[in-house]
Amino acid sequence: MSEFKQTFNSSLGKKLIMALTGLFLCTFLIVHLGGNLLLFSDDEGYGFNVYANFLTHFPPIEVVAYLLYLAILVHSIYALVLTVQNRRARPVGYAAPNRSPASWSSKNMGLLGSILLLFIVIHMSDFWYAYKYSHKIGYKEYRTDLATDKTTSVDYVPASPTFEKSVSTENNVEIVRVKDLHARVAGSFSNLLYVIFYVIAMGAVSFHMLHGFQSSFRTLGWVHRKYTPVVCFIGTWLFAVIIPLGFAAMPVVYYIQSLR
Amino acid sequence: MNLTLKVWRQKNADAKGAFVTYKAEGISPDMSFLEMLDVVNESLILKGDDPIHFDHDCREGICGMCSLYINGRPHGPKRAITTCQLHMRSFGDGETITIEPWRAGAFPVIKDLATDRSAFDRIQQAGGFISVNTGGVPDANVIPIPKVIADEAFNSATCIGCGACVAACKNASAMLFVSAKVSQLGMLPQGQPERYSRVQAMVAQMDEEGFGNCTNTRACEAECPKEITLTNIARMNNDFFSAKLFREEHAHEHASGE
Repeated sequence: MSEFKQTFNSSLGKKLIMALTGLFLCTFLIVHLGGNLLLFSDDEGYGFNVYANFLTHFPPIEVVAYLLYLAILVHSIYALVLTVQNRRARPVGYAAPNRSPASWSSKNMGLLGSILLLFIVIHMSDFWYAYKYSHKIGYKEYRTDLATDKTTSVDYVPASPTFEKSVSTENNVEIVRVKDLHARVAGSFSNLLYVIFYVIAMGAVSFHMLHGFQSSFRTLGWVHRKYTPVVCFIGTWLFAVIIPLGFAAMPVVYYIQSLR
Repeated sequence: MNLTLKVWRQKNADAKGAFVTYKAEGISPDMSFLEMLDVVNESLILKGDDPIHFDHDCREGICGMCSLYINGRPHGPKRAITTCQLHMRSFGDGETITIEPWRAGAFPVIKDLATDRSAFDRIQQAGGFISVNTGGVPDANVIPIPKVIADEAFNSATCIGCGACVAACKNASAMLFVSAKVSQLGMLPQGQPERYSRVQAMVAQMDEEGFGNCTNTRACEAECPKEITLTNIARMNNDFFSAKLFREEHAHEHASGE
């Protein structure tokens, strides 16, 4: 046990935990963006609502979700512990501002991370908590004519407030009743301040990833003449450009649509 | 050249320090930074003042004794040189230069600009060596070493232990120094017997000295007068995790005081 503690309490061990939880959170970003691209399909939220129901009701995903919340907590707590330790390592600061060349993102990971933690708390209380634990979210009924494959939707009021989802077929018409998270997304993203907050948070994701992704591989001790440039390329283009742009496009597009 | 110096003055480790402003007049651009300080000290001595205390020894960039955090950069504004190799032509006439000691909890100020860097010595003593048994002289070429490995080990071995990496790091981390010392031996055949106990012992000592953690900002690499690269840190991490997580026979070695 003491050997175990010695490993993970060492400076390198704590950074290992930061790197591993960080990389786990990176994989989540890909899945989250992939699923949320359903917001861009023009089906009155059918695909998105069914996806949201699937995410909250499929047990393996539930397990991974709780691992994810744990990873967020561990990543934040270790960041705090490391920051306190780093501050203690220099009790008297410099008078002259540090002019050593270092990227802005690498020097501001704590600030960027704090913005992201605030964002995650607000984001989860508005969507995840509202979806799972409140009755604030309405329902929608989608009727798909299986002969013509046309879908129409109407609001639906269930008999019981604990209703989650039902699928039935009558006369060659498939009826899907599900919680309408799509309407809540559209409602939230019609608020300009909310949209601005989301776009700023995605900027923070971008800079956090720009440094964090490649830095985590260095922490793990994986530096290679051939693969390190590949890691940097993925960290820059996928995690710091494509993913934040994809996420930021959602509130922006929904806001523009709400103006019409 | 005429310059204004803002110098950190501190009587001893326990005293509270403060900046004192001095005029440095009639400075030749060909003087080194330390020679400029010598001139200022001469005038202070003539006035009966206490001269500015700073570390120096070889004055040719190989001993690692000189330090000084000049205008927000360890060893001043130039790349890959120590303060003793920095010339006054790197500054403009009439410029104000702020001179501070290395700032780190593990490097307490002894007096003025001189800090106690014996934390580095203790890290070295914890494992930065190889054990050589006496006996007959082995043939110099009996152990084959690939050229790239020899070169890389030599690059790591050029670390002079000045502490500029710690001074530049926003976290006052000693990772670049420790990783250079771990790498230089860990890469060569002679360093293999103690490779995994060495890295554990040196990291444990580094943590005990109270240095910060590494964020891979690369400030250390940019300020190192010997251009030690960040790759050393990844190499050390690799050896450390390898020892701790995958090599059972080495896991407990350093606790017994290797």
